[in-house]
This record gives sequence, structure tokens and C-alpha cells, in this order.
Amino acid sequence: MQGNRVIGEAAIRAGCRFYAGYPITPQNELTEYMAENLRKTEGGTFIQAESEIAAVNMVLGASAAGARAMTSSSSPGISLKQEGISSLAADELPAVVVNIMRGGPGLGNILPSQGDYFQATRGGGHGDYRTIVLAPASVQELADLTMDAFDLADRYRNPVMILADGMMGQMMEPVVFKKPKPRQYPDCYVMKGAGGGRSKFIRALILDAIRMEEHNWKLHRKYQVITKREIRHETFKTDDAELLIVAYGTAARIAKGAIKRCREMGIRVGLIRPVTLWPFPAEAIRRFSERVDTFIVFEMNTGQMLEDVRLALNGAGTVHFYGRPGGVIPTPMELTRFIEHHTKNAWDRESQQEREG
Amino acid sequence: MKKVFGRPQSLKDNAFHYCAGCGHSITHRLIAEVIDELGIRGRTIGVPPAGCAVIAYNYFDIDMLESPHGRGCAVATGIKRTLPDRIVFSYQGDGDLAAIGTAETFHAANRGENITVIFINNAVYGMTGGQMAPTTLLGQASTTSPPGRSAALDGYPVRMSEILSHLEGARYIERCAVNTPANILKARRAIKKAFQYQMDGIGFTLIEFLSHCPTNWKMTPIEACRWVDEVMSREFPVGVIKDAGAKGPKP
Repeated sequence: MQGNRVIGEAAIRAGCRFYAGYPITPQNELTEYMAENLRKTEGGTFIQAESEIAAVNMVLGASAAGARAMTSSSSPGISLKQEGISSLAADELPAVVVNIMRGGPGLGNILPSQGDYFQATRGGGHGDYRTIVLAPASVQELADLTMDAFDLADRYRNPVMILADGMMGQMMEPVVFKKPKPRQYPDCYVMKGAGGGRSKFIRALILDAIRMEEHNWKLHRKYQVITKREIRHETFKTDDAELLIVAYGTAARIAKGAIKRCREMGIRVGLIRPVTLWPFPAEAIRRFSERVDTFIVFEMNTGQMLEDVRLALNGAGTVHFYGRPGGVIPTPMELTRFIEHHTKNAWDRESQQEREG
Repeated sequence: MKKVFGRPQSLKDNAFHYCAGCGHSITHRLIAEVIDELGIRGRTIGVPPAGCAVIAYNYFDIDMLESPHGRGCAVATGIKRTLPDRIVFSYQGDGDLAAIGTAETFHAANRGENITVIFINNAVYGMTGGQMAPTTLLGQASTTSPPGRSAALDGYPVRMSEILSHLEGARYIERCAVNTPANILKARRAIKKAFQYQMDGIGFTLIEFLSHCPTNWKMTPIEACRWVDEVMSREFPVGVIKDAGAKGPKP
């Protein structure tokens, strides 16, 4: 099944009952899947919105009214959605936002890219907030993480972003849908009319500085809890590794291909793959620095996660970067050559030092 | 002793922050009275805007979800589609509705969303200090059109209600004023009709209010009320602009 369609199916199975979207390549199949299937689902609403901005604000309304709600887009459209994502975070409303990244900046192109890492992991819109960012690396993981995204959004009442790229969205792989967990979302957060009781309001505007500050610290404490509890990463052939690649999503798949080739050549390379980009598996990466000296950050951009890896290592170990931005899909072969170059150079230097010593 | 006048149940016991002589507080009260009269306080959800009415939730004693600037109709769409049996209204100013939120308003009307929009037209951006709005009259001075709005440089006042009335999905649009007791009573009837249409599933309804803004118009409240009659309502004639309620619920 195709990645984009898998996200749609997983969302519906997870109980998503509101979707608003706007056409943009390479994620159209997701919008089309929701058009085809969500209206057939009991209580399901699909709206083709007039813009990305309208779509995310419809999601805001639907989420406040108690629906599991989702919107999706690709890079330029995600820029437009930032107003709404910031509002969702401020209002503490759950929602799932899917970004099937393409080349940028500007309109860029429609090819796979990882250029939106900064935007996704630093909040993206204005103000002091974070979104949980999940980075699937297979169609199976698109299904699993989409379902998890709804649970995480509810648990922390915060927007969750699925950050994949055109490759993930377009590729087809077999998939098994897991059984979704029943929704746990306290009724007290749902806006449905005051009934006979007290009225409530949800707002992002807090004019008083001290109260606004309190709200910011409250959000911050929530982000600390998320950082403590929700970090996910995968390791691959790290047990005997002398060199570690750090890559996520499509780049991590390519890295696995390169690791296979390197190991055939006798280079002991492993992979650490962040599954959550925010919160970032900094501690796991730092721990590896106790026994691995060289890290290669591999991304389909000019070096964004690179900064988080450097922050995690805080000077421990040498960090190299290999990246291809703009929608170029790097091959395992070119990454292999890069790894070979750095290991050879490092070993050459070591042997030279030995000779000189 | 019989109580003949009091605060509507749907209004909280809070003093309005609006300037003396502002049209917002009158409109708030009318909406609250209609909500009480229709007995829908418990199932009405309001969407306040960014603008002077941004803290409308301090006054309305109903559930309210604040919208980002201009997105009221999109937010209201999300609520109404999720909870179709609730009465959902968006409360928006002229900058919010006719400039930054034009697309959201236009398309909500075109989809025939079964929501009500309260559109406050005071011909300026009020909260930010009196800048030119899409509805600012030709020749009208504002902080961003100091010599007066120029058709050549700033374009013309936008008659949003007339524009929206051409959309099939828009079922009832009326322009009112709240500058005289007679106009206030008419406005109240219009709000009630719009809410009643929504309850009957008729579709998109919008009530525009010519709302006096003495502070930014640099007038006394009395002068401002007169200006609505003598100047503003020539550009924006009051009355029913479209009433397709007889067509019944939207298909």
C-alpha cells in the first residue's frame, strides 16, 4: 500500500473523524484517501479547504469540539499552517499534522527532501512552543506512528507532526495495521456548549505579562515531561561499531544500504536513527561517544539535525556531515564512499602518528 | 415588585472594556438577549476574533473558542461540522472578515456552512489604533490614510455583504446599525432570525453591523451615531441584502 494512503487508513482506524486539507504534491494521495473514505466513516468529516491556513484552523475548531483531527501538507503548505500549529500549542489542543516534505526553500520542487527539520523541531511558528515530531522510515512505521501520533497528541494536548518526505509518501510496501488503543481524552477539555453548567473558553491571547509567563512555563514543564518520557530511537549494527551514522527517515534507509556495503569492506559502521526528532535522542547519542569517536550525520539537506547531534555530543567525538539538499536522493554508494574516505583518512592519520611516534 | 429589565443570562457580570459610545457592547447585549430568548445558552459556541472583541469570552457566558486573526469562519466550520446540533457563531470585525479573513469567510459562505457570522463594520481597525480598514470610506482619514482614503492609491470600500450575497450557499444577509433605538430593535430581530435559520439548518447567515467607533473616528458618541446615518449608511445601505430562507434547509 502507498505511504500517503497508509497514513489516511491508519488515521481513520485510530479514530480520526475530521480532516481538512488542500492539494499539494507529493501528499495528494493522502487528501484523496480521506475524501474517499472519511465521509463513508460514521461521524467523519472531510473538507477540501480553501487554503492550508483555513484547513489547520478548521482542525483547531474540530479539535476543540472533541474530534480527533488531522491535516496534512507538504513543505510550502506547512509554512502556511504554522499560524494554526502555534495556536493549537497555545490552546493546548491535540491535532496531527503530516508534512510530506519536498525540496525548498520557496516553492522548491516536488522531490523528497528533509529541509524542514529546523521548522519542525523548533516549533515552527511564532512563540515559545514545541511540537512532538515523529520521523517514520518505512510504510509500516507510517502506519504505526500515525496511530501513535493521535495518542500522543491527546496525552499531551499538543500538536504532533509526522515528518516524512516525498519518498515515504509515494513508496509502496506491505503494511499491517495494529489494533488502535481506545481513545483516552478527558471530556472536560471538550468544548460542546455550557449545557446547564459553567461556560468555558479556550484562548491564546493573555494580555497580562505575568499570566502569559505562567502559561509559557506551564507549556515548558509539559515539554520537559515529553522529553523525559517520549524519546524514541532505533539502533542498527551499533554493537561493534567504530563509526556511527546519525540519520532519520529516508536518509536512514539509505544509510542502512551504505552500512551493508561498508561492512562487506570491513568497516564497522552502525546507525542511530532518531524516531522522535523532537524530543531528540541526545542522551543516547552522547552515550555512544563513550566508545565511538567518529559520527557522520547524514541528511537530505545542508545540515540541520547536525546541530542537534553536535549539541548532544558537546565536543565529544568528531562529527562529519554528508547531505544532499534540493530533492536529490543520495545513493548508498556515495555515502559509502564518504564513510570510506573518512575512515581511511582517520586510520591513515593514526598510522602516520604511530610511524612518527 | 416586578423586574422589568436585567442583565441577560448569557452575559457575565463584567463591565465592558469597550470605549464609551462603542457599538460592540450593544451588539454583545443583543446577541446575549437572543440566545436567552431562544433558550440556547447551553448549546451555543461563539468564536471571538482578534480585534476589539478579542476578549468577548469575558462577557459572554457561553462556551467560546478564540480564533486566530481572520480565521473565525474556518474555526466555526470545524466546530459546527463536529457538533452539528450546536449553534455556532463567529464574531468578527471588518479587518478580520474583509481583509485577512476574506478567503475563509467567502468559502464558508460558499460551502453554505450552517453558521452565523456577526460582522462588525466600523470602517477602521479599532484595537490597533485606527488604521485604514477595507471598509474605510473614500476620503475618510485614518492613521494609515492620513489625508483620507484615496481610491487611486488605497482602492474602494469593500461591500462584503453584497459580495457574499451572490453566493448560493449564503442564505440570509442583513446589514443593521445600532445607532438608534429603532435600529437596535431591527438588529435584534435580524440576529434572532439568523440564529433561528441556523437552528432550522438553512445555511450560512451573516449580520453586518454598522458600528460606531467614536474613539477612532475622533468624534463624540452622538456625532458618531449621526455619522452612521448621514455618511456611512450611504456607502453601506442598511436593510436585508439577501433572504433565501424560504428555500429551506440547504440540500
